[in-house]
Amino acid sequence: MSQSDTLHALVPDLRAICGDDGVLTDTAQRRTYESDGITYHAELPGVVVLPTTPEQVAGVVRLCAEHGVPFVPRGSGTGLSAGALPRADGVLIVTSRMRRIIEIDIPNERAVVEPGVFNLDVTRAAAPHGYYYAPDPSSQQVCSVGGNIAENSGGAHCLKYGFTVNHVTGLQIVTPQGELVELGGKAADAPGYDLIGAFIGSEGTLGIATRITVRLLRSPQKVRTLLAAFDGMDAGGRAVSAVIGAGVLPAAIEMMDALAIEAAEAAVACRYPEGAGAVLIVELDGPAAEVDSQFEQVTRLCRDEGAFELRSADDPAERTTIWKGRKSAFAAVGRISPAYIVQDGVVPRTALGEVLGRIAALSAESGIRVANVFHAGDGNLHPLVLFDDAEPGAGDRAEAVSAAILDLCIEAGGSITGEHGVGVDKVCHMPDMFGPDDLAAMDRFRRAFDPQGIANPEKLLPTPRLCGERPGARKGVHPLVASGEAELF
Amino acid sequence: MAYPSESTEQAALAAHAPVRAATAADTAAGTAARLVAAPADAAAASALLGEAARLRLSVLPRGNGTKIDWGAPPRSCDLIIDTAALSGIDHAAGDLVVRAGAGTPFAELRRVLADAGQRLSVDEVVPGSTVGGVVATGVSGPRRMQHGPVRDLVIGMTVLGHDGVAASSGGRVVKNVAGYDLAKVQAGALGTLGLIASVTFRLHPVPPALRVVRAESDDPGAVGAWAAALRRSQVMPTAVELDWPGGGPLSLRVLLEGTGQGVAERADAVAAVLDGAKTEDAVPADWARPPGGPDDTLLEFAVPLAEVLPTAARLHDAGAAAGASVAVKGSAGCGVLYAAVPAGTAPDAVQRLLLLLRDGMAAGSATVRRAHPDLHAAGLEVWGEVPGLALMRAVKSGCDPDHRLSPGRFAGGL
Ligand SMILES: Cc1cc2nc3c(=O)[nH]c(=O)nc-3n(C[C@H](O)[C@H](O)[C@H](O)COP(=O)(O)OP(=O)(O)OC[C@H]3O[C@@H](n4cnc5c(N)ncnc54)[C@H](O)[C@@H]3O)c2cc1C
Repeated sequence: MSQSDTLHALVPDLRAICGDDGVLTDTAQRRTYESDGITYHAELPGVVVLPTTPEQVAGVVRLCAEHGVPFVPRGSGTGLSAGALPRADGVLIVTSRMRRIIEIDIPNERAVVEPGVFNLDVTRAAAPHGYYYAPDPSSQQVCSVGGNIAENSGGAHCLKYGFTVNHVTGLQIVTPQGELVELGGKAADAPGYDLIGAFIGSEGTLGIATRITVRLLRSPQKVRTLLAAFDGMDAGGRAVSAVIGAGVLPAAIEMMDALAIEAAEAAVACRYPEGAGAVLIVELDGPAAEVDSQFEQVTRLCRDEGAFELRSADDPAERTTIWKGRKSAFAAVGRISPAYIVQDGVVPRTALGEVLGRIAALSAESGIRVANVFHAGDGNLHPLVLFDDAEPGAGDRAEAVSAAILDLCIEAGGSITGEHGVGVDKVCHMPDMFGPDDLAAMDRFRRAFDPQGIANPEKLLPTPRLCGERPGARKGVHPLVASGEAELF
Repeated sequence: MAYPSESTEQAALAAHAPVRAATAADTAAGTAARLVAAPADAAAASALLGEAARLRLSVLPRGNGTKIDWGAPPRSCDLIIDTAALSGIDHAAGDLVVRAGAGTPFAELRRVLADAGQRLSVDEVVPGSTVGGVVATGVSGPRRMQHGPVRDLVIGMTVLGHDGVAASSGGRVVKNVAGYDLAKVQAGALGTLGLIASVTFRLHPVPPALRVVRAESDDPGAVGAWAAALRRSQVMPTAVELDWPGGGPLSLRVLLEGTGQGVAERADAVAAVLDGAKTEDAVPADWARPPGGPDDTLLEFAVPLAEVLPTAARLHDAGAAAGASVAVKGSAGCGVLYAAVPAGTAPDAVQRLLLLLRDGMAAGSATVRRAHPDLHAAGLEVWGEVPGLALMRAVKSGCDPDHRLSPGRFAGGL
């Protein structure tokens, strides 16, 4: 039997497990799922299933395992590394019908949720009790907690509060062999190897998370946000170093350069100070007395480093105004460029100045504009490489600049991805960061979970087949951003 | 097949590191080792492990040996690899990151960082520990409440595999999602998945001010109410520690760190929810230490936050009924605590306390961290039920196909 015959033969069994309306075979319906947040990687899934319970997920995976059919988990499809790219010869398992918040347990400070629950809905459910769920990717209105688990997602506030992995105490997973396994729960420190910690960030290659127990945090007593405008990136960068060097740990420190400011201004009229070559947004939260004294300190340090205008926000409305430009920056570059590539790389904070300088040099040499918007506190760069896709060869040149930026990150001792993951998109950059022995150890770990190699194959670890291909560029604005459902970071 | 004689074996190993015959002191939870080697650096340790693999020797990594008796007794221990010389500190102060060799004394690391106004936010639970030992046992002290357990602060690791091949994961930046985070499974694995050669940690600046608010009560219910009130407050403590010695009242210590003005106001807020609170400006020297003496049986239990005091009380009462005064100490703020059962308590009484602890909890776990060899010989159930054991076994077999690395020390006989 050919691979597609094998897949077709499974459909009746899949229907028996998920119900008739839980299995999509129609081409137009399957087409909806052909890509995730990176639309230049697309593949029509062989079959799409929409299970409603962990047992159904396990049943589907068991069937795949019995027949050696690959499967790909998918949450909301906002991933930016093509981790949820489907397989023509496989089953796409979508968690969008598993959106129950099972429990909000305030005395124990935990929430138990199904994997398809939107990140922000956890906070919405906890907020009336004065609690929130800390990881806040900017896609939080629509991305799923299961997807966050798979990508170990962070957000602007991860500088202080950490990533998804620091907030999960329990996971129920379906292993690639179709078994339901409970790891941990409401208590910390599940006994045995920390499989929860290793599963988080595994991009759907070790199985599917079907129930998730997360920590809820008490809302901070006070939040204050500062906007500081500088002549140039150097001064802004020095201010970042000064703040961190002074021992202040803000909830977030974000920076934008002149081109990113120009784009944000064109898109949302954020009214950042005129003539700014860089703006810095610093947010402090915590007990009121701490926030107030640190706020004064941060303000002074910014002024010392040459901030020519400082604005502060103490209430939610004012904060939204300050954040508006920052949060719209990615989408906004669509206003000043017909096409762009979003890069995600990390450098040690002390290398920020040098790497930004080299990115500027790359840009000048190639004639390709690069706008910089980034999480300055943890050195996570998100350069936006701008080009005109109507111009012959421009896409390739932009792609070369984007790849060269990753090289700079690695050279500086950083990482090829701070939050978007490896997926398919960066799989061929993995050997730039890890040696063959490192990759072999990771591969052994993967095979311990998935001896058949059916869980999201060809993602995360490089294969010879894939690594001849080059990734492409995004055109225009991401559909979620265009529809106002998500803000790009 | 014929095994090489002891002396040929020793000669083969000695090509890579000084080797000596083990003495009576070279044991782990009662299991005697045969040989002890002390490689000069990670490259030598790698070659030594390669040789041990060829000779099919069981291997036990050892730092300063302060927690070598933790876990279950290894089934066999042909060779102890002493990591003392795998030391060194590479501190990137501006990046708030440090890499340290496994054998580096933890206290030395803390000293070097303190000189730069920084710290690894992990308390030294057992004095004399090495960096590798802290990570391999996963011991995390009071400050884990704010900063997470030690594994949360590890951002990169290099591990020597069963065949000596070095493999790294993570990196030198805090934010990094490239590849599997293999350090997570190594942390707390008691050396059953490899020999940790070096670890990179994220650091924090030492906060300028510190305040401790302490209160005592004889009533576990009252202390439980304090802990609940602290959770409802917005004071953001760095640590909330319970200390309930075998005899005497329970005490709760709340550590606040931050700016001078900030900690003063927060201490007042904390004092308002505790009865008869006293404010101090230092933590006691032993506050991160596990309870009890070195020969006591040391248990660790993890429960949901609201269950901490009820669980401690149940254990305390059951101990008293069995004639053993059980001391409980640890992070009430995270729900992870130690309990010490006095040395000399009959093995079946210890086992009964352990089962009572396990059976009485709606969620969570209770394990034996350290026990006298006699208790192991009597069949003490060190781990209890461990969900996910089949996956753990597969991970173990992937890393250590012949099960030669600290065999049997871990859950499920791994
Ligand atoms: C506008 C925009 C802004 C973004 N901002 C951020 C940001 O600030 N920070 C950040 O970290 N990321 C950000 N992202 C990336 C993305 O939103 C996150 O990676 C998110 O966690 C993906 O969730 P998802 O539900 O969309 O997952 P999907 O895209 O559906 O899947 C992502 C990966 O997870 C796997 N997966 C999905 N569900 C499960 C499951 N239940 N079990 C196992 N594996 C599963 C998939 O196989 C795939 O490999 C952004 C994306 C967009 C489009």
